[in-house]
Amino acid sequence: MIRHEFFEKNVIFLMVGALLTVAIGGIVEIVPLFTIETTVEHVQGMRPYTPLELRGRDIYVQEGCYLCHSQQIRTLRDEVERYGHYSIAAESMYDKPFQWGSKRIGPDLARVGGKYSSDWHYAHLINPQELVPESLMPHYAFLAETPLRTDDLQARMKANRLSGVPYTDEQIANAVTDLKTQANPDADNAALLKRYPKAVTVPGNGAHPTEMDALVAYLQMLGTLVNFADTNTERLQQ
Amino acid sequence: MSDTATAISPVVYNDEVVKKFVIAAVFWAIVAFLVGVWLAAELAWPSLNLGLQFVNFGRLRPVHTSAAIFAFGGSALFATSFYVVQRTCHARLFGGEALANFIFWGYQFFIVMAALSYVMGFSQGQEYAEPEWHLDLWLTIVWVCYLLVFVGTLIKRQEPHIYVANWFYLAFILTVAMLHITNNLAIPVSLFTAKSYSVYAGVQNALVQWWYGHNAVGFFLTAGFLGMMYYFIPKAAGRPVYSYRLSIVHFWTLIFLYIWAGPHHLHWTALPDWTQTLGMAFSIMLWMPSWGGMINGIMTLSGAWDKLRTDPGLRFSVTAVGFYGMSTFEGPVMSIRTVNALSHYTDWTIGHVHSGALGWVAFISFGALYYLVPVLWGRGGLYSKPLAAWHYWTATLGIVLYIVSMWVAGIMEGLMWRAYDHFGFLQYSFVESVVAIHPFFVIRLLGGVLFLIGGLIMVYNLIMTVVSDSTARPAASIPSAASLSPAGA
Repeated sequence: MIRHEFFEKNVIFLMVGALLTVAIGGIVEIVPLFTIETTVEHVQGMRPYTPLELRGRDIYVQEGCYLCHSQQIRTLRDEVERYGHYSIAAESMYDKPFQWGSKRIGPDLARVGGKYSSDWHYAHLINPQELVPESLMPHYAFLAETPLRTDDLQARMKANRLSGVPYTDEQIANAVTDLKTQANPDADNAALLKRYPKAVTVPGNGAHPTEMDALVAYLQMLGTLVNFADTNTERLQQ
Repeated sequence: MSDTATAISPVVYNDEVVKKFVIAAVFWAIVAFLVGVWLAAELAWPSLNLGLQFVNFGRLRPVHTSAAIFAFGGSALFATSFYVVQRTCHARLFGGEALANFIFWGYQFFIVMAALSYVMGFSQGQEYAEPEWHLDLWLTIVWVCYLLVFVGTLIKRQEPHIYVANWFYLAFILTVAMLHITNNLAIPVSLFTAKSYSVYAGVQNALVQWWYGHNAVGFFLTAGFLGMMYYFIPKAAGRPVYSYRLSIVHFWTLIFLYIWAGPHHLHWTALPDWTQTLGMAFSIMLWMPSWGGMINGIMTLSGAWDKLRTDPGLRFSVTAVGFYGMSTFEGPVMSIRTVNALSHYTDWTIGHVHSGALGWVAFISFGALYYLVPVLWGRGGLYSKPLAAWHYWTATLGIVLYIVSMWVAGIMEGLMWRAYDHFGFLQYSFVESVVAIHPFFVIRLLGGVLFLIGGLIMVYNLIMTVVSDSTARPAASIPSAASLSPAGA
């Protein structure tokens, strides 16, 4: 049997011993998530975010929305009845970072897309208490006055692609056009929809989209991509 | 005292950097409590968000958590680890003054920049890992220097054994480095943009983050502070650690088991069931080493219990270990999937975190601060014991109000979200649960205010300890820096 003096009298042994001891748990739990193929289910409908949705997601992250809103419907009866089909891993496969959250000061947003009109979202973000008097939500009127930066849009998409999001060259080349099209209800969005099925056009500021346009576009797509009528529990088995 | 310390060979300790970190810890404690109180008020009365993006809850909340964990907790850890490693190794800090000062200013710079970046709207969007990539890189450099100084000092020690407190400090420094680097791997948009995208996505990102997040608790807020416990409690009580064998078992089992517990943050989610079950099983096992450590800390007072009446610092330390035992019992309970179905996403979690953060982390730090300030500044003792007692009781009452109100609010939210009416429909809309918990949010705010007041009393007491004539030692008995080492440390 090793006497503890072995570690207690030698800094290097103590360091190596401690490091090996703390490494085991992470290796056993995390590595298989990358190697077991069914960890992320194979379902139809998932696509990378449109440029406007991606920027909307950046706004969601920058404002710390995840600190009050989860995006994860648990496999519990009441949650499924309140929010919709439980969340599956595939639905966040392009989420960098994931935004599942840990606290619900407000309701879950995993399937908020399409539940309210875009106009409702604009009004609600500007003054939540006007629509929900008891709400604890801060006001986000300033987002409607902040022009959306688009100069580094392609760099953002490329950074995503570099870490595994399958943006095509065509999608990156058309990024700015697609972004402006999605924020303009009068624009022809056929090409946008071809590149990004189900993209929701928001009643935004067209040529000069604001951060709020982006955020609403993101909220309106949340949880809408996977067609659950088309899939079955066996395919959702992890 | 000075005779035993200088018997081996005269060592002049680097106490300047310890003093700096002590001052920083006290300063950041007040900042963290103040921002926490403000956030609690925003949740009670949302108009306090002022419609101003810089103080919106979403941007300010990371300021509170970072100030509490990394600024206050971190500075307390730096201060005590540098103090303890020098005394227990009987060696001056490795690397010289410049390196120690770089660590101090480098770390403070990190904290200030992180806080500014949050309010300006820069965030990685992962809890307790909000700073963007360039700040992460900077922290990595500072942290490697910290490891270098700590290990360097251990290597040049004049004592044959490495003291138990240092095992815990070392494991904390090493593991935090591993967690920080792995969790923050990201692709920057460009060299000049404070925006990056994680190399992980979705479910893998979730587990890496909570492997990081839970072990920020396990190693930053537990292992490091256990190092504090293993030095300052025996020191203040004047008794040896209760059981040497128990501390060995405590150390290895704690660091082995803690790292597995992350998945309990992701119960009932899209994380595969096998990972959830594994995380739950290890979280429950973790109860044992946690309580082993608690027993080791508290039983060290055997034969010296009377000092709880006379030593206010020790009273904080021992109460801290009591809270540690309580929250490390509550944690495993909440990690059981059935309990978690009720508790997760509710304020119960917030209450649990604060029983650990206020009761354990802050109290054990207060204990160390009350011990360190008179020693470091060469004073005869604390300025006022009654004031320290006032601090103790206001802060304790504050914690009780905080955690009890959050228990009630959390369990109420959980029950309302899952309640069904006679027709089989969900009984409450979400916003009804928001209305129902309002009174408890106000009580929580009151608890926070009491804790802040206690902190301010401490600041006054510590400042007076340093400047007041009443605590000055007679000139002849002022010891040199070298002999400040407590005997036989």
